[in-house]
Amino acid sequence: MSNPAQDTGHDSGRGGGSLSRRNLINWFLGTTFGALILSILYPVIRFITPPRVPEASTNQVDAGQTDDPELLQKGFKIIRFGAEPVILLKAAENDYRAFSATCTHLACIVTYEKARTRIYCNCHGGVYDMTGRNVAGPPPRPLAPFKVNLVAKGPGVSSIVVSKA
Amino acid sequence: MSVKNSVAGWLDDRLALPTIREVASHKTVPMHRYMVFYYLGGMTLFFFLIQVCTGIMLMLYYHPSANEAFESVEFIMTTVPFGWLIRSIHSWSANLMVFFAFVHMCSVFFLKSYRPPREITWISGVVLLLLLMGFGFSGYLLPWNQLSFFATKVGTDIPGVIPGVGPWMLRFLRGGDRVSSATLSRFYGWHVAILPAITFVFLVIHLALVQMKGMSVPVKAEAESKQRRPFKFFPDFALRDLSGWILALGVLAALAALFPWELGEKADPFAPAYANIRPEWYFIFMFQTLKLVPGGEILGIEYEAIPIVLFGVAGLFLILIPFLDRGAARTGRSPAWSIGGAIAIAAMVILTCFGYSTLVPLYVVMATAVLLLIFAFITRGRKEER
Repeated sequence: MSNPAQDTGHDSGRGGGSLSRRNLINWFLGTTFGALILSILYPVIRFITPPRVPEASTNQVDAGQTDDPELLQKGFKIIRFGAEPVILLKAAENDYRAFSATCTHLACIVTYEKARTRIYCNCHGGVYDMTGRNVAGPPPRPLAPFKVNLVAKGPGVSSIVVSKA
Repeated sequence: MSVKNSVAGWLDDRLALPTIREVASHKTVPMHRYMVFYYLGGMTLFFFLIQVCTGIMLMLYYHPSANEAFESVEFIMTTVPFGWLIRSIHSWSANLMVFFAFVHMCSVFFLKSYRPPREITWISGVVLLLLLMGFGFSGYLLPWNQLSFFATKVGTDIPGVIPGVGPWMLRFLRGGDRVSSATLSRFYGWHVAILPAITFVFLVIHLALVQMKGMSVPVKAEAESKQRRPFKFFPDFALRDLSGWILALGVLAALAALFPWELGEKADPFAPAYANIRPEWYFIFMFQTLKLVPGGEILGIEYEAIPIVLFGVAGLFLILIPFLDRGAARTGRSPAWSIGGAIAIAAMVILTCFGYSTLVPLYVVMATAVLLLIFAFITRGRKEER
C-alpha cells in the first residue's frame, strides 16, 4: 500500500470526491473477490461433506436357529441388522438377548465373555452387564436393546428372530 | 575446450550454477558437543524420502476399495517380486520416521532452539510432525485388516465427541456414517495426495528456514562453538549425513527382512474387536488415557470428550511454545519449561508402558539416550581452534 497521506494530497489536488470513489471501487472489488471465494468454497465444502444415502430400513432379521454351533459354543454371535452389528447372546436355556454391538464409547464392536457373563469391549475395556447396562470402564451409555423372539421349527429347535425394540 | 567443459559452461550460463556453488561453499555447521542433534532432522528427512519412493511403488499394485484392498496387499506380499520387502520397508520406515521426528523435536525443545528468530521453524516442524501422524493414521487403514478397521472406527469416532463440529467431522472423515469403502477411498486420497501436498509446502518452509537462519547453537555451547572452527557443510557435513543415511538404510533393510510387517486378517465390520487390540505405538499414550476415563457426563458433555479436547489444546500449546517460553526468548534458558517437558515425556512413556503392559517403551527411550551419547562421542570431531 502507498502512503495514505500522499494519496489524500494527490486526491485533494484533483477534487474531493475521488477518495470516496476509490473506497467505493475498493469495496466493490473486495466484495467481488469475497463473493468469488465464497462461490468456490461453498460447493467445495458441500462436495467434501458426504451426502446422506438412504438405507433400507430393517425392522427384523432372521438370526439363524437355536442349534447354531457358533452360538452354542461361544454363547454369542454378531448378526447383521441392516448395516448395524447386533450381538445376540444366549444367557440361559431359552433365554436369548440382543443388543446393539456398537460400544457406546468409541464405536468398537463388543464381544461376550461367557466365563464372566458380561459384555466386554476389547478396545478400551468397557464392561456391560447382561442387560446391556454400562457397569465399568469408559462407556457413557447402555447398549440399545433389541427384541428376540423364538419361532418353533421342530423338536427342540427354534429359529431366532431379532427385531427393533 | 573439451565437450565436458562446454556442456558445463552451457549449463552454468543457464542455471546460475556458480552462484549456487558459491553459496553452498559458504554453508557451515557450528562445532560443539551437542552437534549430534544436528543429524536428527536429516535422518527424519531420509525416512520421509524412503516413504515417498516405496509409497509410489506400492501404489502400482494397491486397489483402494473395501472388496479389493486386503487382497491387493496380500498380492503385493505374496506374489509381486520383493513386494513383501517394499511393504515392510514402507511400514518400518514410517515408524522410524515418526520416531526420529519425535527425537528431533525433543532435542530442539530441550536445547531451546525454538527461541527467536526460529519460531516459524518450530511451528512448521510441529505441523510436519502432526502431518506425519496423519500419514500414519490414514495409511493404517489402507490394508483393510481387522486392526486397521477398528483403529479407524475409534480414531474417527474421537472427533465425533467434540461438541459442535464433532458430528460433521465424523461424517467428513468417514465419508458417511460408518467406516466403509467410502472411508477407504477418502483415507487413500488423504494418504497419497492431500497430505503429501501439504507436507511438501511445510517441508519447503521448514528446510528453507533452516538454510536462511543457519543451525541454532545452544546457549551452553556458544563459547565452545566460537572457539572451534565450524564444519563445512559441503562436503564434510553432507558426507557425514550420508554415512548416517547408509547406516539407517542398513538398519531398515535388516528390520524389514527379519521382521516383515504382518498383514493380519481381513476387516469384518461384523466381528468383535479382538483382545489386546491397540493402535500404533505413537498413539498409545492417548489410547491409554481414553481407557482410564470413566463413562458419564457433566453439563451435557461426555467425559470422553474432555481428554480429547485437552489433547487438541496440548497440540496447540506445543505449536505456541516459542511465544509462551519468554525465558528462552530472553536468555536462552528456561529450566521450568525443560522440567515441564521432561514430565510430559515421562507421562507419555509411563502411559505407553501401561498400554503395552511391559517396560519395553522405557528401554527404547534409554537405548535411544545411550545411542545418542555414543554418536555424540563419534561425531564430536577434532578440537581445532579457529
